Amino acid sequence: MRYLPHTKDDIDSMLETIGKPSIDSLFDSIPDKLKTKEPLDLPQALTEWELDDHMHNVEQSIIASGLCTYFIGAGSYDHYIPHAVKYLISRSEFMTAYTPYQPEVSQGTLQGIYEFQTMITQLTGMDVATASHYDCGTALAEALLIALKKKKKKKVAVSALIHPAHKQIINTYLNPAGYEMLEIPFDENGRTDFSKVPDDDIAAIAVQSPNFFGNIEKLEQAKNACDEKKVFFIASFTEALSLGLLKSPGSYGADLVAGEGQSFGLAKSFGGPGLGLLAGTNKQMRNLPGRLVGKTKDSNGDRGYVLTLATREQHIRREKASSNICSNNGLNALTAAMYLASVGKTGIRKIAQQNHDKAVYLRKKLSEAGFTFPFETEFFNEFIAKAPEGFADTRKRLIEDRCLYAGLDIGQYFPDFKDHYLFCATEKVKKEDMDNLALEVKAL
Amino acid sequence: MNHPGTSGLIFREPELWEKSRAGRCAVSIPGSDVETAPLNQEFTRDDVDLPELYEVDMVRHYTRLSQWNFGIDSGMYPLGSCTMKYNPKTNEAQASRDALASVHPLAGEPYTQGALKLMYDLERQLSAITGYDAVTLQPAAGAHGELTGMLIIHAYHEKNNDQRSKVLIPDTAHGTNPASVTLCGYEAVNVDSGEEGILTPEAVEAVMDEDTAGIMVTNPNTLGLFERNIREIADIVHAKGGLVYGDGANMNAIMGIVKPADIGIDVMHLNLHKTFSTPHGGGGPGSGPVGVTKALEPFLPVPIVEKNGENYTLTCDRPDSIGRLHTFYGHFGIMVRAYSYILSMGAEGLKNASQYAVLNANYLKESLKETLNLPFDKPCMHECVFNDKKQQAYHISTMDIAKRLLDYGFHPPTVYFPLVVDGSFMLEPTETESRETLDQFVQAVQAISREAAETPDLLHSAPNLTKVTRLDEVSAARKPCLKG
Amino acid sequence: MKELQDLNLPEELKYSKDHEWAKKENGNIRMGIDDYAQDQLGEIVFVEMPEVGDTFSQGDEVGSLESVKAVSEFYAPLSGEVVKINEELEDSPELVNQSCYDNGWIVEIKPDDVSELENLMDKKAYYDMLKG
Repeated sequence: MRYLPHTKDDIDSMLETIGKPSIDSLFDSIPDKLKTKEPLDLPQALTEWELDDHMHNVEQSIIASGLCTYFIGAGSYDHYIPHAVKYLISRSEFMTAYTPYQPEVSQGTLQGIYEFQTMITQLTGMDVATASHYDCGTALAEALLIALKKKKKKKVAVSALIHPAHKQIINTYLNPAGYEMLEIPFDENGRTDFSKVPDDDIAAIAVQSPNFFGNIEKLEQAKNACDEKKVFFIASFTEALSLGLLKSPGSYGADLVAGEGQSFGLAKSFGGPGLGLLAGTNKQMRNLPGRLVGKTKDSNGDRGYVLTLATREQHIRREKASSNICSNNGLNALTAAMYLASVGKTGIRKIAQQNHDKAVYLRKKLSEAGFTFPFETEFFNEFIAKAPEGFADTRKRLIEDRCLYAGLDIGQYFPDFKDHYLFCATEKVKKEDMDNLALEVKAL
Repeated sequence: MNHPGTSGLIFREPELWEKSRAGRCAVSIPGSDVETAPLNQEFTRDDVDLPELYEVDMVRHYTRLSQWNFGIDSGMYPLGSCTMKYNPKTNEAQASRDALASVHPLAGEPYTQGALKLMYDLERQLSAITGYDAVTLQPAAGAHGELTGMLIIHAYHEKNNDQRSKVLIPDTAHGTNPASVTLCGYEAVNVDSGEEGILTPEAVEAVMDEDTAGIMVTNPNTLGLFERNIREIADIVHAKGGLVYGDGANMNAIMGIVKPADIGIDVMHLNLHKTFSTPHGGGGPGSGPVGVTKALEPFLPVPIVEKNGENYTLTCDRPDSIGRLHTFYGHFGIMVRAYSYILSMGAEGLKNASQYAVLNANYLKESLKETLNLPFDKPCMHECVFNDKKQQAYHISTMDIAKRLLDYGFHPPTVYFPLVVDGSFMLEPTETESRETLDQFVQAVQAISREAAETPDLLHSAPNLTKVTRLDEVSAARKPCLKG
Repeated sequence: MKELQDLNLPEELKYSKDHEWAKKENGNIRMGIDDYAQDQLGEIVFVEMPEVGDTFSQGDEVGSLESVKAVSEFYAPLSGEVVKINEELEDSPELVNQSCYDNGWIVEIKPDDVSELENLMDKKAYYDMLKG
């Protein structure tokens, strides 16, 4: 096996040093009755050439490629990834390093994450951003746990229009410890109705903007509702690129922000690994779960970076830690930093604006083709549309024939919205694709 | 002296925004083919302030940063309990295949059969390796897997109307264990490992009761010793209605040798980024699949990949499930790498990996035990724990030795963990280091030990050849500067 | 680490087994951690303090002290209500290291029963405890 260096001579001489007669005898401390007698039931080992063939076949049974057209988002977005980003992130000094516990030989990761934290605070309008979390859903659940612990309450109120999977994650995280998630309903504009926050004794209100329907929430109303109840204001987003155009959650006074950063240079990769973003105000700095990188000086007075405030974390505080998180999504945080450094201040704005422009155009074309729209609310790059009869078949055909994914059926999440689709348009979709989609639907 | 340490060409590189110049951009954004549609200004911002670089500066910035990092590809990285084995390049190539990287998580089952089949097959492969009846791939990291496992234990007791309040955790456990337990509302109860560094049935018997949900064990434990009483301990826990959780961080010692499901462990997580060669990425993303026995299968998180005839589907129809733990299906990109690794290794290869991992660790242990103090002098599994007792006479600590190793071109081992040994120096060489490299490492430690006696200042000031010297962590924590 | 005989343990203070000191101050009880504790902890980077108005029983956890790689809780030397906290520690936690009995005091408690002070040790008894 090409990853294993041991020749017979190596093995013999090493065993001699150890003073054992055989490799098997190295395992004498394991009682025989606990050992497995049969070889592992696994397929025959493949050479790299055979593996390439095998994986090629795996690929063939998936309808997806960089050239497909995705009018679906819902938490995973098809944005252009610059080649320089892909190239740099595959440098093995970044990829094959462990968590930077030895800062003297980890300055690359550390400075990179420090710069990432800085850019995320800038985009979210918050004071502190962590070195990353698994994904938006888990980051949001952790944010709610912070509020529950700090406010010593048992319930939280969450907008009905946060991502449906995030609601499920929150329930999974909250229920065993005896916490409860309540929902805040939405209004006729497809926005969270903050006049209907449950009267219960809650620790936080959480709202996603743009919400799952794609609509931009009125976050000042969320802030007012939170102030009135003296609870944590937690904002989330699944489309990080919207921060290039939309006011930051921090500017509305959020205490904690959870987000999905997949849009910043990361492949969709069947939904993971993405990039959980978690940010807070200075007041929340010591309550945030996960790693933080800080700037300091070395013994010569030169600038350097270290993991800091580690006393919040599990390896020191054990059962009293703010969370159990250890590994995060650090390499993806670095990817996001590379992406943001590439697009820069003007690029992110331009790309974000193009997303919005294309989504507006798509909506117009769909309207011409017979779609109707339940809401006339401002959106970023996603919106809900009700399909004309027979669309499901057209949609299927477009996937199979052209690798064009026309919207996501949201009836599965919101039964009242049968035949409604969540459409998304990013900078990658072309006018021609949108025109063609409209023509196909019109032909029904 | 034959060691890889050297001072190379290290560039200075400022922070991103110091390189920024208004008007630069590292991407060429095509003009839009549709009309612009300004958004209501009520919602828009003008305060985005990202750095502005052109492509060459961006590339140099990250290339220079990368050169300040030590990775497995740079050299030996014997971090105990972290299994820093070689990360095969073919895994990267497979994971970045166009269809696998581009596939949308909500594309729909009929169009993603290959991805679902890959997940289904990987689950079966991990089952074959561990002996579990079912595996979930959803947890995003080892700690996330622990949380999943503890939630499953919680759900199991809940289902039996027998909720309990405590979980036993040995003093050798990773810190994630007690933290995971707390997240499920349980209280962590410490169990001392005996004089021999392993748990005794008596110690467990003394604290196990019918208000205890179970025990979390790491086997081999963090001292690198096999918990040979595991079967008896499991029997004690099971007799009181509890369950046994296995922390699979150290699975690399026992592939093809012991199946955790066979020795009384009911639920266990694996770390694909340790045992199954996926890169750690300077902190993640990892992946922490969880295996369970038949009795616990109903509680696995949803969605679950099912096979019906030749068709693969995702189902959420599991009324007893603990629910969802990830927005989609977990870290698919990491799963592809682990799948590629298992296919490349095969049954024999994986067993060899564990055998050589244990051979390498024992070789290091024997080669270094004259130089460093070895608190538990007995055959180890894939890692061994020394400490600084011999060097204390020269006022040299584990930290000093670790830092000096950097000058010799080696990444230091895990230090000051496990907590049960003062000044721990925890070595896990893994199977992918050759005998020559191990010998170089041994010589480096021996040289450092001589320096400790003769020129201790060299160790106190170490590292001397790195980009930066020891950093002021006290100031970093007192006056946190977490952004530029 | 200091040798035992080098520890500064003022005669006039009372000591707890968890290495807090306590003394009467304007009718209240002022407390902090002693020289032994600050020396063991090393450089303190953060003091987590209770809020004024919080009440504790003797021996309850009141807050914690953090060094770079360790956390150590401190406990109420006697029962009562927190009436004052040392706000200077927020920006200058190092005061606990530099001056653990004066500028590095931590909280003042209005005691429920000042006689609880008698449950604590005097210097000699405390020193004997440290010697083991």
